[in-house]
Amino acid sequence: MKKIALIGNPNVGKSTIFNTLTGMHQHTGNWPGKTVSSSKGIFGFKDKKYEIVDLPGTYSLIANSEEEMVSRDYILSLDYDLVIVVCDSLCLERNLNLVFQILEVTKNIIVVVNLMDEAKKKNVDINLNLLEKKLGVKVLGTSARSKIGIRELKEEIYNFKTKESINNSKVIENSSFIYEVSKKSNDIVSKVVKENANKKEKIDYFFDRLLTNKYVSFPLMIILMMFIFWLTIIGANYPSEILFNLFINVENYLYNFFSFLPIWLNDLLINGILKTLGWVVSVMLPPMAIFFPLFTLLEDLGILPRIAFNLDKVFQKCNSCGKQSLCMMMGFGCNAAGVVGTRIIDSKRERLIAILTNSFVPCNGRFPILLVIISVFLTSSIFFKVSILTLLIIFSIMTTFLISFILSKTLLKGYPSSFTLELSPYRRPQFIKVIIRSVFDKTLHILARSIIVTIPVGIIIYILANTGMLNTINNFLDPFGKLLGLDGVIITAFILGFPANEIVLPIILMSYLSLGTLTDYTSIVELKKILVENNWTILTAINMLILILFHFPCATTCLTIRRETGSNKWMIISMILPLLIGIILCVINSFIFLVN
Amino acid sequence: MRTTLDKLELGKKAKIISLNNSNIKRRLMDIGLIEDSIVFCYLVSPLKDPIAYKIKNAVIAIRKSDGKDIEVEVL
Ligand SMILES: Nc1nc2c(ncn2[C@@H]2O[C@H](COP(=O)(O)OP(=O)(O)OP(=O)(O)O)[C@@H](O)[C@H]2O)c(=O)[nH]1
Repeated sequence: MKKIALIGNPNVGKSTIFNTLTGMHQHTGNWPGKTVSSSKGIFGFKDKKYEIVDLPGTYSLIANSEEEMVSRDYILSLDYDLVIVVCDSLCLERNLNLVFQILEVTKNIIVVVNLMDEAKKKNVDINLNLLEKKLGVKVLGTSARSKIGIRELKEEIYNFKTKESINNSKVIENSSFIYEVSKKSNDIVSKVVKENANKKEKIDYFFDRLLTNKYVSFPLMIILMMFIFWLTIIGANYPSEILFNLFINVENYLYNFFSFLPIWLNDLLINGILKTLGWVVSVMLPPMAIFFPLFTLLEDLGILPRIAFNLDKVFQKCNSCGKQSLCMMMGFGCNAAGVVGTRIIDSKRERLIAILTNSFVPCNGRFPILLVIISVFLTSSIFFKVSILTLLIIFSIMTTFLISFILSKTLLKGYPSSFTLELSPYRRPQFIKVIIRSVFDKTLHILARSIIVTIPVGIIIYILANTGMLNTINNFLDPFGKLLGLDGVIITAFILGFPANEIVLPIILMSYLSLGTLTDYTSIVELKKILVENNWTILTAINMLILILFHFPCATTCLTIRRETGSNKWMIISMILPLLIGIILCVINSFIFLVN
Repeated sequence: MRTTLDKLELGKKAKIISLNNSNIKRRLMDIGLIEDSIVFCYLVSPLKDPIAYKIKNAVIAIRKSDGKDIEVEVL
């Protein structure tokens, strides 16, 4: 089997090419640095099979950050038969610098000029034949997103004959080398590329100025956030209701169907587990399934780097890196993904700050719990729901700043290092694809995880409840819970919810129900009744919100942090830090309520 | 007129004279900032820092603290 490496500048469409070649679904998105580790895939063409490696984007073979090191090491290892260097048709000059560097390592190269559709839209002509002559290696044009040129690429790969070549990589490190290369690239591009007047540039400039305007940008970001929450809440309502009713019918049907079983078993299966599952699915799934695609659309549009650009000054003041906001935004989807994403940060110190603070923003799994609690206890008006949610998010971002600052003065002392960030061009998202992929890859994945966790936890709770142990544990934790303005059940739920945050609320419900008050909790009103019967007040609700924002990260995130930092120490700190903040805030809040 | 990159006004073009010993010299060269190349001051962040430049068709944000090491000739 022949081995192929796929390399290129960030955000030129490597992963898109990888996906079209292999039929896999690697994460793509319109900002530099999504791919932070290499991924392997296999594809066949005619009678041959190929192994292809998608490498993280890099500007050069001189690595600055961890993710670039992966690419450099792979290219220098020479452990491949062919390198495909993917270039951006609109930034050819800079992209050629990388081509020339790789040409010093191997001559087994195919150059792919991707994003040809964008060049066409911007009225830029590229003479690929001339480029091929000038470079002396095969050059192909593609528009990977619409699969144009992929067949030709496969054909070229098929016919490619790997030759012996001399590795001259030492020379790359010289400044004079890069200087020469730049001159060469400049010279080639001036002959190969013809730029004509175009309108799209003006439109991009308009949006760029708007999104980064002194007065407009921050309000705009907040309005955008509110709009997304609003869509999520509105959109989730209806499917939630349908799912609820569906589950009630199924539960009733199954309960009768299984009436031959001992009553305790039937209760456990239907009233215990199935009901909780139904709850998780109908309450949690719809908001997740709407929020995530919306977020992905923003990502595809190219909004993320602009937000990072706007927020960088604050991170700079916190002695950390502006790219941290990219990781933070990934954290809204999934904190574990956010932690992995910190590989784009060059400085070790700044990267650790980003890792330790990532779980301060609520991920997609915690987001619906916030929503439920706000709906049940705080307000029924959609406008206020959206506003409270937005305030919570702003609060969690503020906390991220504050803790980053404190960390940079204590555990992770230091000054901000340099940083460059490319603002990728706006691109029209592929709506249908985004929706399908984010529902299948992310939402169902999270759902499956919560189902897997719910079942054993449901059984444990049932057993604990029926042996009286649940009472003992709750009573034991109750004083501590009371101190935080909560109760023992809630504390137990957070601990049992360690594998998956999204089941914290269902665990609370299961516990309350198994402790005797067997009500149906099929609507917000009923839900409120159960909680109020168990002594929930506004204080409980607010502290619950605080604790959902700030407690230990979920198990997956913790393991990811251990892997990324290579140490138990940082993992433990990452657990203690938010927990401490949560506890302090809860205690203060309870005290304020007590005084009033 | 000579100045440093961080002082280049919005909407103005300049030619790079030298990167001095900027600690990200190599990184800057890799993204296309080398002597004689042209930069265009494209955007200023709402908090005034960083500033985004158009460099060889790409838009790249650079912090002022890094830009002050880069000498340019305003065009
Ligand atoms: N218009 C257009 N967009 C494309 C094309 N190929 C990729 N894209 C889009 O460009 C963006 C970047 O694509 P990716 O495949 O994630 O880029 P990458 O090179 O893997 O990026 P890094 O992970 O940052 O190195 C995505 O939003 C893609 O949808 C293309 O041929 N035409």
